[in-house]
Amino acid sequence: MDLSEIWSTVFSFEDYAEILPLVSNSLIAGALLGLVGGMIGIFVMLRDMAFAVHGIAELSFAGAAFALLIGTNVVVGSLVGSVLASLLLGIMGAAAKDRNSIIGVLMPFGLGLGILFLALYQGRSANKFGLLTGQIVAVDTVQLGVLAVCSVIVMVALVAMWRPLTFISVDPAVAAARGIPAARLSVAFMVVLGLAVALSIQVVGALLVLALLITPAAAAIRVTSNPVLTVSLSVAFAMTSVVGGILLALAGSLPISPYVTTISFLIYLVCRLIAWRRDRVRHSEKMAAVAA
Amino acid sequence: MATDTSPAAPAAEPVVSMRNASLRFGDRLLWDGLDLDIAPGEFLAVLGPNGSGKTTMLRTLMGLQELSGGTVKIAGRPATRGSRQVGTIPQQRSFDDNTPLRARDLVALGIDGHKWGIRLKRKAMRRRVDELLELVGATSYAERPVGVLSGGEQQRLRAAQALADDPRLLLCDEPLLSLDLHHQQAISGLIHRQACDHGAAVVFVTHEINPILQYVDRVLYLAGGRFHIGTPGEVMRSEVLSELYGAPIEVFESNGRIVVVGMPETVTHANPQQRAHPLQGA
Repeated sequence: MDLSEIWSTVFSFEDYAEILPLVSNSLIAGALLGLVGGMIGIFVMLRDMAFAVHGIAELSFAGAAFALLIGTNVVVGSLVGSVLASLLLGIMGAAAKDRNSIIGVLMPFGLGLGILFLALYQGRSANKFGLLTGQIVAVDTVQLGVLAVCSVIVMVALVAMWRPLTFISVDPAVAAARGIPAARLSVAFMVVLGLAVALSIQVVGALLVLALLITPAAAAIRVTSNPVLTVSLSVAFAMTSVVGGILLALAGSLPISPYVTTISFLIYLVCRLIAWRRDRVRHSEKMAAVAA
Repeated sequence: MATDTSPAAPAAEPVVSMRNASLRFGDRLLWDGLDLDIAPGEFLAVLGPNGSGKTTMLRTLMGLQELSGGTVKIAGRPATRGSRQVGTIPQQRSFDDNTPLRARDLVALGIDGHKWGIRLKRKAMRRRVDELLELVGATSYAERPVGVLSGGEQQRLRAAQALADDPRLLLCDEPLLSLDLHHQQAISGLIHRQACDHGAAVVFVTHEINPILQYVDRVLYLAGGRFHIGTPGEVMRSEVLSELYGAPIEVFESNGRIVVVGMPETVTHANPQQRAHPLQGA
């Protein structure tokens, strides 16, 4: 395959007008997941839980693979896997240090189980690969319903615990003195995170959830420290990545995840560049002020 | 062991009232038989080596730690966690560079961070935060990210958080640690003002009495399972500290500062900026 062939495989817009209406469900699902990922990503960053997200995703993958093997709903399987994993982490690994070692232990176990289930599975191999790297087969109305309900649950729960969760995440000593039940809130957050991970896996796959749950928030935090603006930007970045990724992937035969991850990575790069320039200006202003 | 239970202003109901309070972890006794009343407007310094139960004492007053025996009451009621009557200023702890909060957001969290949901009355909150920032002299960096603020600037925000509810009791856990002299004076002055102007009782845990010596009414000195309560002049004496530590310790006064010599090694983890003064001794 030469370069131009690769190019036309990666970017193909033939019959775009006819395809677009067929994937409106996927676009709605993508927008919802962008909303969820952008919101929860802020807390993943605040609580330093990138590794936990990755760990939960692998166990979610095991759950989905098991569901595929026994012929039940894959979304449900992945939900069960990730909520179990996040409960386990929330209860066993309250301290970040413990948590990381527990994740390190659970993650290969989950991945191993998933591979076992897939090896036993006799069906289409595209299904297997999709669990790990994302599957953008047209989302049907039933799936969209499940995704939408779960997304709304995640968002309502996040909004409800927004302030105390922010407080215990950035300022645990004062939050404890204020009487906030940090332990219970942390477990509640883990469950919500588990739901969000399971949802994201449906679009970008178990290996790439970080592109949806971390990268947009990490990019937003680089460019502003205004909390409202941070959340808005994070959501905007995540939605742009998912919806943009789906639109670019439409006509070609490739999975959407490389498009999603590339867009979100580019946004992150731009944000770092902006932050770098701003810090340089700030620094030189400071120097000038000192000199004056 | 002298136990002074008479408050500075006997007419007023004490803000803190501890009776026969004891605290032990397993077979390690932190303190026992502690009777203590703290009057409104009184400034109590809690001193003692690491592990003597200074911070644990604060935690009992916050309602986060149960006593092993005896009672503790705040304004006549048992200590409960999250009480609006109690403000807390913790040790300075740096924020991550990329924490998505500005100075004003941190203060706002101190006001309503315990409530469910997202903040709705943003305008009223903005006004209240502006007042508090002005009170602690932090207006000039209200919009800056907390991650880039100096330790002293952050502690002013802590003071603003703690003063938000106009507390009757102000608990300070080594709030001056790792601050420069200028900020030490500013923060301790703010805390003292809350005691003077609003009649708040102050419990101030510290390794180092000198930065707050001018404000301190009484000292609670904890060491080795024992304690001593009294005015700085009564407690900060060679005989008293020697008895508490069970080792020869000498206390000198020089230029209105107290110099302690011969302290066992465990107490010398104090503020590095203060090492220049001969405060900790051998």
